[in-house]
Amino acid sequence: MTRQQVLDLYFMDARCKLIELAAFLDRVDRSEGEADFRFAALQNALSALASDQPGRARSVLMALSDPTEQPLNAAPGKGACGAWPGPPE
Amino acid sequence: MRYIEPHAHMVSRVTDDYEAMRLAGCAAICEPAFWAGFDRSSADGFYDYFCQLTDYEPKRAAKFGLPHFSWLCINPKESEDMGLAREVIALIPEFLKRDNVLGIGEIGLNKNTRNELKILEEHVDLAVRHGQLILVHTPHLEDKFKGTRLILDLLKADSRVEPGRVIIDHVEEHTVDMVLDAGFWAGITLYPESKATPARAIDMVEQAGMRNIWLNCACDWGRSEPLAVPRTALEMTRRGHSPEAVDHLVYGNPLRFLSQSPRFRLS
Repeated sequence: MTRQQVLDLYFMDARCKLIELAAFLDRVDRSEGEADFRFAALQNALSALASDQPGRARSVLMALSDPTEQPLNAAPGKGACGAWPGPPE
Repeated sequence: MRYIEPHAHMVSRVTDDYEAMRLAGCAAICEPAFWAGFDRSSADGFYDYFCQLTDYEPKRAAKFGLPHFSWLCINPKESEDMGLAREVIALIPEFLKRDNVLGIGEIGLNKNTRNELKILEEHVDLAVRHGQLILVHTPHLEDKFKGTRLILDLLKADSRVEPGRVIIDHVEEHTVDMVLDAGFWAGITLYPESKATPARAIDMVEQAGMRNIWLNCACDWGRSEPLAVPRTALEMTRRGHSPEAVDHLVYGNPLRFLSQSPRFRLS
């Protein structure tokens, strides 16, 4: 596809998601209490969006991933929350 | 259009989904064993589940002209309990004799623990000893990158494992290359919120090539879309991919991988 065709096909979808993300950040700002590690990870990932280099999707995923290499001694639970909380205490 | 759904948890879906998939061009469904959303209390629960997968569910699919195949294992979410896991693994050889069982799966990791790794290793050993195909689940979200690396290390360390007979599922942009570069097949799962959207899946295929990739919906009891594969095929068409390219990805590729099992035959 040409760049024009990509824009024709996906611009409105990307615009929608961008505004949703902006509204989410505003919603977090309006709320009371402390944010947790997920918000910090999201803010870190946002910097990858502003990059002019390719591989932004990979960079965002990596910013939200556990970077360590050793298996855990025990599972802290079953679920995943979308951002790495840091090493277990 | 024709397609194969190589990964769908139909025990969690209503009968209308079978009809919708058939109407959309589905030619066959493959169902890996997975977590029920709660922990089973004994190996007996798995025995019943394996009967459901290999006996009851194929009959439900057949009402809509759909061949139904299955993969067996204890899933990684329950393999932290190694005692239970080993009891379940001991049940599997009896079911491997059934003519609609394609292999061992979906095995893998969930929280990347030592116990999960040990049970994964024992599943791989079971598969190799019985000449079975292997379907590997990679962890969710923040655990995927680390888990995929651990899984690849484990598989590459076993010289008996033939990468071309192993599909590593749920790849995303940060894991797809490492899987394909190691010679394994890669599965892209299409989910509404996690894993990949149709647009991102096609991005990955366009960049990595479609040689050893399949698409699947992995529909289950959570938010998921049984028609995600044909929707993605439609998205490929919108991007200008030829009907032949679409057919290659959604029908030819799963057919090529699954046909390595002599049991996978479409009439």
